[in-house]
Amino acid sequence: MLLIQCPYCGERPEPEFVYGGQAHVARPPQPAEVQAQPWADYLYRRDNTRGVHAERWRHTHGCGRFFNALRDTTTDHFLATYKVGEPPPAAGGEA
Amino acid sequence: MQRFSLFSLLASGLSGQRGWHAQWRHPEPKPAYDALIVGGGGHGLGAAYYLASEHGLTNVAVLEKGWIGGGNTGRNTTIIRSNYLFPESAALYDHALKLWEDLSQVLNYNVMFSPRGVLMLAHTVHDAQVFKRHVHANRAAGVDNEWLTPGEAKAFCPPLNIGDIRYPVLGGALQRRGGTARHDAVAWGYARAADALGVDIIENCEVTGILRDGSGAVCGVETSRGTIRAPRIGVAAAGHTSVIMKMADVALPLESYPLQALVSEPVKPMFPCVVMSNTIHAYISQSDKGELVIGAGTDAYTSYTQRGGLHITSHALEAICELFPMLRRLKMLRCWGGIVDVTPDRSPIIAKTPVQGLYVNCGWGTGGFKATPGSAHVFAWTIARDEPHALNAPFTLERFRDGDLIDEAAAAAVAH
Repeated sequence: MLLIQCPYCGERPEPEFVYGGQAHVARPPQPAEVQAQPWADYLYRRDNTRGVHAERWRHTHGCGRFFNALRDTTTDHFLATYKVGEPPPAAGGEA
Repeated sequence: MQRFSLFSLLASGLSGQRGWHAQWRHPEPKPAYDALIVGGGGHGLGAAYYLASEHGLTNVAVLEKGWIGGGNTGRNTTIIRSNYLFPESAALYDHALKLWEDLSQVLNYNVMFSPRGVLMLAHTVHDAQVFKRHVHANRAAGVDNEWLTPGEAKAFCPPLNIGDIRYPVLGGALQRRGGTARHDAVAWGYARAADALGVDIIENCEVTGILRDGSGAVCGVETSRGTIRAPRIGVAAAGHTSVIMKMADVALPLESYPLQALVSEPVKPMFPCVVMSNTIHAYISQSDKGELVIGAGTDAYTSYTQRGGLHITSHALEAICELFPMLRRLKMLRCWGGIVDVTPDRSPIIAKTPVQGLYVNCGWGTGGFKATPGSAHVFAWTIARDEPHALNAPFTLERFRDGDLIDEAAAAAVAH
């Protein structure tokens, strides 16, 4: 079980959270004008990074808010969590 | 290859079991092959075997980062069934099930296939409706599957508690041809048979790069044991497929998650079949050694760690204790995780890629073991002929662009 630092509530156990997949995946502003391949990439293609991964979490059983995190998928250690709208901290930043 | 027979076993018994050789060679990699398989699990070793036995391609090597069968082939709960909802899936998995039935004879290696029946439990009205739909779809497609009432389920699996639980058993779908097999033996049997046909099985050989020629086609790989050239490369690397395919700039709709399993201390034979419960999430069967083999769910997040959270395994054990109260005092011996590559529609990809000469067999998610012989068979066809077999033709990479999903995710709603 992971301990996750919610930027709003502090450190809480994993079952309070829901994983939200890769972060910073931008929805095309005009979906109707997007060709099939870029739309499929937006819907389905993910980096599936082996290493530092920027991802979304939601503190469902707490504040209810989404936030982003950097986690190393080879160790499951969180490097940082940050609020939606903020740029990701430099990879390998402070825990 | 030393063939196993009643005579060879008797003769070796009388001579103190001292006449056995290694079951496959450990060759140094050659500078070039006609085809390479990346990933020495069941799917990769099987593909090499079928390339050699059915397509005459014997100058083939299987490259494995660790030891063969050490990834998901050696980490799964060995459940075999083919009662999938959609015609494409049912055809592919039933192809595999038919190959399982005489695989031990074909390979001259006992894979201990045991068609003891797979019972999938329904706990809600929705479950019951969905499973009955599966039963009818399967029977229309010629795949055996039948609906059992709670009493019939209890009669088929006496340890089952059908009444006094939070989510009572409302019935179940039973596939009698389904069952289990010995996972290690599948890897070893394919390795031995492929080796006998001339395939080189190269362990401790990590692929670190994929080489392309001027036209963009693949022409070899860089490995931890040097450069190996080949015009055809089949990747069957399970949870690490994204990492390998990135070396050829091929992006895939995959995410890798930890999936955990555990086994109990061994006990006398007491559990007659395989039971799966998707709704309260647990799988269980008893191995021939006597251990109860229990499958849990995936963790919530992507990871390459080959371990997961204890709360996930606890959840599976809570469900097991509810369904089988006689197991409540059993001790668990070991638990472990494997990394499964999951596609958005929970169906695999067995296909050519945009890169000439590069083929991929991935996306089996939480349910690839059952498909091993069928997957390997059609993957070998795809590599040898540079075109898909009719059975894997729908399982393309382009289906995500074209909207032709084979949406077993919606059909099963959970791991399968």
